[in-house]
Amino acid sequence: MPTLPIQSKGTDTVSEELALVQAAQKGDVSAFEQLVKRYDRSVFRIAQHITRNQEDAEDVVQEAFLKSYEKLDQFQEQSKFYTWLVRIAVNEALMKLRRRRTSKTVSLDEGVQTEEDSMPREVADWAPNPEQLYDRSEMKEILSKTIQGLPTSFRTVFVLRDVEGLSTEETAQALDLSVPAVKSRLLRARLQLRERLNKYFKKKKGGDEQP
Amino acid sequence: MTCSEFLKELTDYLDGVIDTPTRAELDEHLHWCHNCFVVLSTTKMTIQVYRDSQLYDLPEDLRSRLRSAIVSKCAAKKKKKT
Repeated sequence: MPTLPIQSKGTDTVSEELALVQAAQKGDVSAFEQLVKRYDRSVFRIAQHITRNQEDAEDVVQEAFLKSYEKLDQFQEQSKFYTWLVRIAVNEALMKLRRRRTSKTVSLDEGVQTEEDSMPREVADWAPNPEQLYDRSEMKEILSKTIQGLPTSFRTVFVLRDVEGLSTEETAQALDLSVPAVKSRLLRARLQLRERLNKYFKKKKGGDEQP
Repeated sequence: MTCSEFLKELTDYLDGVIDTPTRAELDEHLHWCHNCFVVLSTTKMTIQVYRDSQLYDLPEDLRSRLRSAIVSKCAAKKKKKT
């Protein structure tokens, strides 16, 4: 079985990024703009996944970049700028979520103790190309609804690790979690998503693959 | 190897960060356990559909509006500092 590749940035990209950060630290706003261009899409996706609200995600993008600009002198060069930025963005997004849900606490421990555990309840094979079973907008709706049903902690780890391609260590660093905690949340997130997608993607009996 | 032992190793197996002897044990389990084989392949598909989904893409017009706002606020902060 082939394994899924873990995306990682090349050395050139990292040193180029560091040069931009150093220029921005010296007050070069256009260098900072390059960093914004590089990561705004990703910060927006992460923010929208966490907040589940586009307006909040827009605010998070602005606040995360502004905060990172203000705190650039605190950036430690041994970590990647992107991981550092993601950490700021995740905290901003969690704060937004807390403000919206005033009666509930929101933290990266949310859902960790729940008993909807990883043991698969339904094991059914899927159609070979599940994305072809639905049109683009239906598919987006299914995926959005499904991931939004996960506890914040699982959703955030899944998005950073599997959608944005951070390594397990980078995810742990960005979320201030241990590596085993990231791995455990990732496993449960992956399995819970799989379980919830079953009803849309499983093969129908009698060879009819359409749902 | 039992199915729950297999599940515990699933994330490392999918990410390709597993030692050779454990990998061999997992492969052996997959040969005869259809359920775990299906869980593995559908979990892989789960990750792939999300990776390919372009969910929450930032529209270009909104993107440039946000960027202008960020850059002008940064420039204002810089002015304040100097």
